[in-house]
Amino acid sequence: MDSFSILWLIPVLPLLGAVMSGFFGKRLPKNVISLIAAGTVGISFLIAIREFLAMSVALEVPIIRNYFTWIQAGRFVATAGFMLDHLSGVMILIVTGVGFLIHVYSAGYMAREEGLYRYFAYLNLFVFFMLTLVLANNYLLMFVGWEGVGLCSYLLIGFWFTRKAAVDAGKKAFIVNRVGDFGFILAIMLIYWTFDRIDFASVFGRLGPASSFAVEPLGSVGVLTAIGLLLFIGAAGKSAQFPLYVWLPDAMEGPTPVSALIHAATMVTAGVYMVARSAVIYNHAPGALFVVAVVGVFTAIFAASIALVQTDIKKVLAYSTVSQLGYMFLACGAGAYAAGVFHLVTHAFFKALLFLGAGSVIHGMGGIQDIRKMGGLRYYMPWTYRTFIVGTVAIAGIPPLAGFFSKDADLWGAWNYPHYGKLLWLVGVIAAMFTSFYMFRLLILTFHGSPRYTEHDVHHVHESPKSMLIPLGVLAVFSIFAGFVGVPRILGGSNYIEHYLSPEGNEVSESLGTSSTEALVMAASTAAALSGLLAAYLFYVARPELPQKLARKAQAMYSILWNKYYVDELYDAVIVWPIVRTSREFLWKFVDVFTIDGIVNGIGTLVRWSASGLRQMQTGYVRTYAGWILLGGVLVVVWFLR
Amino acid sequence: MIPINWYLILSAVLFLIGVLGFFTKRNVIALLLSLEIMLNAVNLTFVAFSTQHRQISGQVFVFFVLVVAASEAAVGLALVIAMFRNRESLNVDRSNLLKW
Repeated sequence: MDSFSILWLIPVLPLLGAVMSGFFGKRLPKNVISLIAAGTVGISFLIAIREFLAMSVALEVPIIRNYFTWIQAGRFVATAGFMLDHLSGVMILIVTGVGFLIHVYSAGYMAREEGLYRYFAYLNLFVFFMLTLVLANNYLLMFVGWEGVGLCSYLLIGFWFTRKAAVDAGKKAFIVNRVGDFGFILAIMLIYWTFDRIDFASVFGRLGPASSFAVEPLGSVGVLTAIGLLLFIGAAGKSAQFPLYVWLPDAMEGPTPVSALIHAATMVTAGVYMVARSAVIYNHAPGALFVVAVVGVFTAIFAASIALVQTDIKKVLAYSTVSQLGYMFLACGAGAYAAGVFHLVTHAFFKALLFLGAGSVIHGMGGIQDIRKMGGLRYYMPWTYRTFIVGTVAIAGIPPLAGFFSKDADLWGAWNYPHYGKLLWLVGVIAAMFTSFYMFRLLILTFHGSPRYTEHDVHHVHESPKSMLIPLGVLAVFSIFAGFVGVPRILGGSNYIEHYLSPEGNEVSESLGTSSTEALVMAASTAAALSGLLAAYLFYVARPELPQKLARKAQAMYSILWNKYYVDELYDAVIVWPIVRTSREFLWKFVDVFTIDGIVNGIGTLVRWSASGLRQMQTGYVRTYAGWILLGGVLVVVWFLR
Repeated sequence: MIPINWYLILSAVLFLIGVLGFFTKRNVIALLLSLEIMLNAVNLTFVAFSTQHRQISGQVFVFFVLVVAASEAAVGLALVIAMFRNRESLNVDRSNLLKW
């Protein structure tokens, strides 16, 4: 495979766009900026398709391109190089494809924004770093992308930097991510310490069956488990898993397209990608995998339960994202990496769709985000409504939309997991029921019923412009059909994507379970989705007084959910408050003001005090000076005559 | 030949006179004169030792001292004039600005 490859152009084009918007954007008209930003990502998308097709006919996969030696220090070598295989191929298509649509959408959504050039510069830079992350052929370059997307996320969350809430949310996202990144750095060091290499091909090669490299035997707890757990700490930070998920709901302070691109479709899935990429390591560390699965399923149900009672349209979607990411980790932890990545792909479509739909609603409502103040919007926003239905049905897991197949693949993977697999599955199904409930609740409260806003709040509810509706339409089409690449065999499909992704992940567990079991499992998750739908219908259409009754009856439970299990308050009390107090009272007032300033000022005082005595020697009279000179001369003479 | 001790004693007496004059006089010109006496006391020592040790360098040094003394007298008198113009007085005790 030595044919002409322009793989490097895929990330470089958005970088060029970022440079152009960032440096010259202030002087360019807005439509030119939008054109540059969306155009570069669009061309990247076309190149990504070309490279993807080239890969599918290539004789040898992965295609590895080393461009230059990036770091060389003794025996440590890190190259700047890209690796294209099935996994990263799927990822670049998602990043550039969904990224392109969201750029187009942004052109409409952000059209009246003063800092449009800044927005698109950040957004293009994000796409560059995200592509670096998924294309990197070693852990260190992956880490560069990893940090870069974190930076762009921070910049874009705090895009409206005059709002304190946005700035705080940006800082929170950055700081919480640092905790995870610390785990990732340690993992990279441990990988180098263990394998002497950091590029994927060598590391995984040394763990392969034909390798003579001495690694710990399969199943024992040791360095590989440590690597797996540290990598997962990194993944949990970036992909908002418990207990590091707290930044993602706050990140909704950023512009809505940013929430769609970064905090739903691409960046937050980087952790899933990283775990799937490191599948070879995880397969040697069953303990780490178990932790991944348990944390994943716990996050799924935890976040889903919070989402049940939230009233901010974007917060509901944010907790939903956390929950769906939990599903992906559940699947990866259960060893079904392909299913996890499959859910990543479909989730990218329908969650981007939902976020963009929410953005369209907010746009039409003139900035209102509280679903208690919406209602009846389907008459004013027919296309947003239709696409939002598609997204809701897809994420709820109702067949035959995309979410059903991928979520079912995740749950089927959990079912087949030997350690407490059935329990994990059961929790996953309950979370699926929650998902269906809160999504239909959101849909009904937003679009159905009669309007609950007053003309005083909202002047003119209107449908969004075409540049916003077309991406919605495209994403809706994908949300409907993307699932068909992974139709399981029992439904007459060939589960194409599972086979496609399996060389990097695991051997597919086709033989596990009987087909009747699989059918039952599938029926159960469908039933869960439908019961969630029915419950939402009952609560919000048939008997609208029921929610309040229930809230009053289960007051304690309701207030715990409403306050998100008090996790933010707990973190404030246990982590933030002690750090702030220690910094203020000890580090600032004692160490800095008292000790360090005290030493510096003390020296100054000493000099001043002694000088005020010594300067009395200088009277200004010639005679005094002559006397000192004489004294000095006498002393010199005495010294020599001594 | 007169022993060198006499020269040295004379020189020391002269130098002492210069020092005492410098510390007791208030007129700037008197101070300059005292300075000249001290310089010449030193010159006398140089010459005495030069003769004693039969080495010419001591006498050469005296010439340098003379040159410096001449320059110093020129500069010093110029300063005295400048000082007088400013203060209409030659009393050093009234010029005490060179201090903290």
